[in-house]
Amino acid sequence: MAEMLSPKERMKIQRQPMPEQPPLERCHNFEEVNYGFTKELAITEAQRCLQCKTPTCIDGCPVNIKIDEFIQLIVDEDFLGAAKKIKEDNALPAICGRVCPQEEQCEAKCIVGKKNEPVAIGRLERFVADIEMAEGVPPAPVTAAKKGKKVAIVGSGPAGLSCAGDLIYMGYDVTVFEALHELGGVLVYGIPEFRLPKEIVRKEIANLEKLGVKFERDAVIGRTTTIDELMQEDGFEAVFVGVGAGLPWFMNIPGENLVGVYSANEWLTRVNLMKAYKFPEFDSPVLDCRGKNVAVIGGGNTAMDAVRTALRLGAENAYIVYRRSEKEMPARIEEVHHAKDEGVQFMILTNPIEMIGDDDGRLTGMKCIKMELGEPDDSGRRRPVAIEGSEFVLDVDIAVVAIGNGSNPLIQQTTPEIDVNRRGNIVVDGNSMRTTKRGVFAGGDIVTGGATVILAMGAGRNAAKAIDEYLTENSDWPEIH
Amino acid sequence: MYKIVEAAFLAQDIKKFVIEAPKIAVKRKAGQFVIVRIDERGERIPLTIADSDTGKGTITIIVQGVGKTTKQLNSLESGDAILDVVGPLGMASHIGNFGTTVSIGGGVGTAIAYPTAVALKEAGNYVITINGARSRDLVILEDEMKACSDEAYITTDDGSYGFHGFVTQKLQELIDEGKKLDFVLAIGPIPMMKAVAEVTRPYGIKTVVSLNPIMIDGTGMCGGCRVTVDNETKFACVDGPEFDAHLVDFKNLMDRNRMYQEYEKKALEKFEHECNITKQAIELEKSN
Ligand SMILES: Cc1cc2nc3c(=O)[nH]c(=O)nc-3n(C[C@H](O)[C@H](O)[C@H](O)COP(=O)(O)OP(=O)(O)OC[C@H]3O[C@@H](n4cnc5c(N)ncnc54)[C@H](O)[C@@H]3O)c2cc1C
Ligand SMILES: Cc1cc2nc3c(=O)[nH]c(=O)nc-3n(C[C@H](O)[C@H](O)[C@H](O)COP(=O)(O)OP(=O)(O)OC[C@H]3O[C@@H](n4cnc5c(N)ncnc54)[C@H](O)[C@@H]3O)c2cc1C
Ligand code: FES
Repeated sequence: MAEMLSPKERMKIQRQPMPEQPPLERCHNFEEVNYGFTKELAITEAQRCLQCKTPTCIDGCPVNIKIDEFIQLIVDEDFLGAAKKIKEDNALPAICGRVCPQEEQCEAKCIVGKKNEPVAIGRLERFVADIEMAEGVPPAPVTAAKKGKKVAIVGSGPAGLSCAGDLIYMGYDVTVFEALHELGGVLVYGIPEFRLPKEIVRKEIANLEKLGVKFERDAVIGRTTTIDELMQEDGFEAVFVGVGAGLPWFMNIPGENLVGVYSANEWLTRVNLMKAYKFPEFDSPVLDCRGKNVAVIGGGNTAMDAVRTALRLGAENAYIVYRRSEKEMPARIEEVHHAKDEGVQFMILTNPIEMIGDDDGRLTGMKCIKMELGEPDDSGRRRPVAIEGSEFVLDVDIAVVAIGNGSNPLIQQTTPEIDVNRRGNIVVDGNSMRTTKRGVFAGGDIVTGGATVILAMGAGRNAAKAIDEYLTENSDWPEIH
Repeated sequence: MYKIVEAAFLAQDIKKFVIEAPKIAVKRKAGQFVIVRIDERGERIPLTIADSDTGKGTITIIVQGVGKTTKQLNSLESGDAILDVVGPLGMASHIGNFGTTVSIGGGVGTAIAYPTAVALKEAGNYVITINGARSRDLVILEDEMKACSDEAYITTDDGSYGFHGFVTQKLQELIDEGKKLDFVLAIGPIPMMKAVAEVTRPYGIKTVVSLNPIMIDGTGMCGGCRVTVDNETKFACVDGPEFDAHLVDFKNLMDRNRMYQEYEKKALEKFEHECNITKQAIELEKSN
């Protein structure tokens, strides 16, 4: 057991660094960048927590994990107890510990952070979740009586998985329908192996399967079956729609359909889901980047993942081309640092205006224009304005467009009673996650637009609660305004 | 796993499969396709649903072995299984009572044109079919096409059967004869579809082609299947695969389809090499 320290002593301990693969080594492989804390590092880091009477960090967490309590359990060296404590509020800590933007959430509210660097809450979360996984601790058994009611979940991303997990513990008969051949949503097709090993996602899903959740792959709802058919013919009494934001935006500039221009979704899907980095051992190819210049357009997590993937595929020069300044980049700070350490070149305040190709329709260059920041726009960020006459051509062989995703219209087209807003996002009633169609709930990116794993999970949990209420207590379906 | 219940070659390198997929069988409409992944390391490839039997819960696909995945598929037999079959995907063909329609299939394109020809017939059209192949032994679905046509033509490039020449020559002949054609659907190699579009353009005959870009998910998520139609970007897997032939940028499609040529060659060589080794091993075992 670690010794009790005074607050003063705690404040003296520096934030423990995350052991990681050296940048120049890791930029050539797809293995995980961060190794995770050792026991010693974790305990030392946990001792930095002041155990505040009213912990503000908890307010910063979208699902209000009992952060002070789990950290104390680490100090007490009860790692499995700590993992259990987190799981009271977050079903997927091994995943969130790796991908949550903690610097904007819990860690931003940490009191230690006011004077010093904040307690590394995310790293501690990951540490205990990994220990639990390595020990092969089985999920807590389902104790609730069977309700004898069927619920369908559409989409197996974090929103769908967390909704399924909660409902199975409440005693429902749960089936998840997934369009792709693999389960996990963006966690498997988008976020690369080097940031989130797929083995972790697979284990979480295997746990859900053990608890009795049924999974149907290759099931495109809207095509293979519609929501109406699920409800009228297959006996599902409620449906949760968690289909994510899966329609890649392009810039609508000339030359965007040239050979060598990818959406980030395609680029990442080929590499992560289809394992194109192992071609020809796996059948799907992706353009070889060795000796090539690759530009990724955008400044979010997706752009960072895409550009670091290009480096790992051997790119000679890998660029981030972003129209605002670095401060406005929506990516996690850790990922921006990682990208820089690995040798990614950042071209900020730069906007592509045309893709240029050769006679065979292959990309050879990207015409860009320099930008400067003007007045703040709707998002509160300063609007980028083009500087006249500053055009130049960047030599590139491959360009990846990572400027975000819209909503896939498939569900709405085949179930018109589900209202969507101007941007195609499904409209739901604030807390109950009810859509405009009776018995149908929605959450995650399809409601919010591209957001975060933890918000999608939180939405799935809220929906599970609302579905339970609807099916057991109150089947009213008030109109949404 | 999706079980193959019937498998037979229709012509050299062209094989027909009947596969158990009851949900897809009930749902599918003419013009829609499935995406197939043979095994854990496999690529996802789109194949048109040529036919279905809702009673038996099966769908029919017809595959031309052109590269690694299609050749591997064509090495499977009745009793084998395919890991993933997802669908039905894409928009169904727009079927109406147009009057006189011509369905043109080139090579394996005939398999794709066939279900739509059937649907056009059922909708009350006067259906003409032109079934083109390089030579007589490559002609497929001759009886099926005949059965759904008011007039059925076969063309061969070498003249070994039917009309000697290309499908476009036959089409031009029909126009020159003074037939009033109201709707043309052409499916086959890109140069063929482009040529058909040029034949009908001066006469203003509504012409539709089914495009075959490289796909992955088939649900609109990746944008890899994008095609340029009327100077706009469309995703063939959700907005198509059928588009107005007179508005399609065929050059862009052709360029994009060549994107992975070197890789495809490598994959095929590796596959054929492995097949040979397996064959040799089997021979060796037999002789021992
Ligand atoms: C490359 C990338 C990196 C990211 N990095 C981070 C990060 O570091 N941290 C973070 O917090 N967030 C990150 N995000 C955002 C985060 O991944 C998403 O906000 C989150 O995954 C949304 O979850 P979801 O369950 O709503 O949808 P998704 O994860 O998108 O899952 C939706 C699932 O539904 C399936 N589906 C779609 N349509 C149908 C249909 N009709 N029928 C059946 N199934 C269907 C899809 O195939 C998919 O599997 C990243 C996103 C991307 C793309
Ligand atoms: C909507 C649609 C319906 C189709 N229907 C049929 C059909 O009924 N019967 C049939 O025989 N073929 C059909 N095709 C074509 C078939 O999908 C390709 O021949 C097949 O993917 C080639 O794969 P391969 O590995 O054997 O050959 P490869 O050597 O890999 O490729 C040969 C050529 O096929 C194309 N191709 C390669 N990979 C893909 C992919 N993932 N998706 C689409 N095209 C690809 C490329 O243009 C390539 O040059 C259809 C294609 C589309 C888009
Ligand atoms: S195949 Fe991915 S969007 Fe069409």
